[in-house]
Amino acid sequence: MIKDITVGQYFPGNSVIHRMDSRVKLLLDIVYLVMLFVSQSFTGIFIGLFFMALCYIISGIKLIMIIKSVKPILPLMIFTAILNMLFIKGETPLFQWWIISIYPEGLRMSAFMLLRIIALIVGMSLLTYTTSPIMLTDAIERLLSPLKKLHFPVHELSMMMTIALRFIPTLVEETDKIMSAQKARGAELDSGNIAQKAKALIPILIPLFVSAFKRANELATAMECRCYRGGEGRTRMRQLKIAPRDIVASIIMAALLAGVITLNFFPVIP
Amino acid sequence: MDIIKVENLCYDYVTLDENDNVTEKTEALKNVSFTVPDGQFLAILGHNGCGKSTLAKHFNAILTASSGKVYVDGMDASDEEKIYDIRKTVGMVFQNPDNQLVATIVEEDVAFAPENLGIEPTEIRRRVDEALKQVDMYEFREHSPHQLSGGQKQRVAIAGIIAMQPRCIVMDEPTAMLDPKGRREVMKTIKRLNKEQGITVILITHYMDEAAQADRIIVMDKGSVIMDGEPHKIFARGKELRAIGLDVPQVTELCEMLRESGANISEEIIFEEECAKAVSMLPLKSKTASVEPKADISRGEKTEEAARLEHITYKYSVGTPFEKTAVDDVTLSIMRGEFIGIIGHTGSGKSTLIQHLNGLIKPTSGIVLIDGKDIRDKKVNIRDIRFKVGIVFQYSEHQLFEETVAKDIAYGPTNMGLSEEEIQERVKSAAQSMGITHLLDKSPFDLSGGQQRRAALAGVLAMDPEILILDEPAAGLDPKGREKILDLIKEYKRASGKTVLLVSHSMEDIVKYAEKVLVMNKGKVFCFDYTDKVFEKTDELAKIGLDVPQITRFSHKLKALGVDIGNDIYTVERAKERIISLLEVRGKK
Repeated sequence: MIKDITVGQYFPGNSVIHRMDSRVKLLLDIVYLVMLFVSQSFTGIFIGLFFMALCYIISGIKLIMIIKSVKPILPLMIFTAILNMLFIKGETPLFQWWIISIYPEGLRMSAFMLLRIIALIVGMSLLTYTTSPIMLTDAIERLLSPLKKLHFPVHELSMMMTIALRFIPTLVEETDKIMSAQKARGAELDSGNIAQKAKALIPILIPLFVSAFKRANELATAMECRCYRGGEGRTRMRQLKIAPRDIVASIIMAALLAGVITLNFFPVIP
Repeated sequence: MDIIKVENLCYDYVTLDENDNVTEKTEALKNVSFTVPDGQFLAILGHNGCGKSTLAKHFNAILTASSGKVYVDGMDASDEEKIYDIRKTVGMVFQNPDNQLVATIVEEDVAFAPENLGIEPTEIRRRVDEALKQVDMYEFREHSPHQLSGGQKQRVAIAGIIAMQPRCIVMDEPTAMLDPKGRREVMKTIKRLNKEQGITVILITHYMDEAAQADRIIVMDKGSVIMDGEPHKIFARGKELRAIGLDVPQVTELCEMLRESGANISEEIIFEEECAKAVSMLPLKSKTASVEPKADISRGEKTEEAARLEHITYKYSVGTPFEKTAVDDVTLSIMRGEFIGIIGHTGSGKSTLIQHLNGLIKPTSGIVLIDGKDIRDKKVNIRDIRFKVGIVFQYSEHQLFEETVAKDIAYGPTNMGLSEEEIQERVKSAAQSMGITHLLDKSPFDLSGGQQRRAALAGVLAMDPEILILDEPAAGLDPKGREKILDLIKEYKRASGKTVLLVSHSMEDIVKYAEKVLVMNKGKVFCFDYTDKVFEKTDELAKIGLDVPQITRFSHKLKALGVDIGNDIYTVERAKERIISLLEVRGKK
């Protein structure tokens, strides 16, 4: 049921990719995404996909996970492909029927977009698969820390993310319990029209909110008891250090980016 | 040296209107004074709402006194400049382990407080490892909190406090939401911290056996300290304690009864060892009590079957590496009008089993029959089954959602499609059996915990189910609240003659109320028989890790000292009768 939904799942491991500094990993992932966007040719995208396949193998994440991560956005991909196919016009139509005409350029473009989206998803998934949520929030907090000078609430933001991640499983479990309790009182959650379904949610949402506020209140007191006073003067147990592997990874990524940009001028496959 | 010193402390909860005028004032603490010496293990007892949690929040400056003073290690707790020094000195652990953990990884959470204090990273690492080792959770340092059991989470919460290196830890009912195993783990940790590390412990609790282990007990009632002393001396005042809704350990009660029957036994007995020793020293005419073979009392054998489970097996996450059998080939019959107690520790499959009876969980294999009909039959409407088999879940107050108690109780009957008059009738009678008629027009969120629990129970009773299933209806309540709700259930059972299934961790409760007992162990039926038959095997039950009553443990200790009063001791009354039968001179006084 609800428990099957896994947002940004993390698979613990001990590979080079797992052990990379999360800041570097996050930045390199962004560079990878940029690379996909500047790439004008199929070759560029293929290089990206090939590179990712290698990373998956190194990290020990099963390739089947790629398919799993692409599955939820399949409708969006098909939609994009169809749009491209229909609206990109070229010289000679390949196929014509009623007001629909499909050109080779359109086909090429939809294939290109499909591959690019897949490469995007695969890259972003690798980041969440190999980086624990806490490392990721940590990386975001530290990368954004220069913004503190502009009074941007960096610490508060990352604290909120940590607490949200901490309480998602708790609240999911709680929702399951409340649903069981109301079903036992004859609640019908899966039948009726939309209005009826929305109304049937009230007995679940109200207790859930009440309990979430109660939890928030208690957690705040518990945090105060542990001397919490915002980000000011706070130290961290986990210190992030740039290791040789991070430097090597950065060099590889830079080489790839340079290669892809060069390819834009000297295409191998048009 | 006193770690905490309280002088004439008063605290009022005030409600203000929009112009900041006081509209309501409740005196939570009235002129409280006492001191806690360094290294003491102090227990605070009192029923819900007596002011003990309010008092605790003054020890680390979460609340500030309305008048009077609190000193922590010589620092004035109202001094705002010292606030973090005070909170560092006095740590606090709360009831719900889930609502205290901040981070998604155990060791990160333990590091939270030292990080806030701005301590050096290497020192934090050292403290975190040490704290986790002290609570025996080091091997779980990289787990995420939701993978842990309640007792484990609570120990992580304690480690999070130890990492601040406090001199004193205040625990506000740390075991109230835990199962017996979790309670034992946490109590062991608390005692070790006190004895080995010399940390002062202030334990607020509803469990008399936990309080008995302290060096000193403070009893509170209506915002005042009414007793203060050594546990033996406090529990000797049983009558006064009961008058304010508290209780005494079972062996203390036993000695009280024996004294009333003329035996010359001390009133200051709180542990089973002490009691066994004292009883074995009494002038006994024989060392073995005759256990009369129980005349098979005609129990008015119930023959009409209300529900039957046939070879029920339930597996979680089938086809994945996490596959787990929660219920394993269970076959049993429940007769109409029976009052059945279900015990077993967490993970024994008891909660999963009961949800099969109203179709909330579908068995992996096997058949569930209600009134002789297979509930998975196409002709059977599953909602009708749910109205016939009412389940009240653990912490049922979490299901309340309506504006008023009356509307909330009416939710079930409304779903049944009853007429307005019928619904009103049902609401009234359900409220009556739970003793909350005077609360019907209030918002359920304004009630006390015990009242909320009863309102939720009434919501299920209003569906007038043939079979009523209650999962831990008394969990987390104070002794008075426990007894009240269980007595109401018993009275409902007596008046309606319905079938009732009561799931509980507490053998004391089951013994008092159920006529038959189902013991679950590792997904299987360990035994299912009449209460006295099941409890004849107390040693076997203890072996599968169930928490046997103190009086039973006492009888085992007594047997080791050479006095055998039988294997079937599970109530104080029976222990008393057996011992009296052994006494040389009866009614000496």
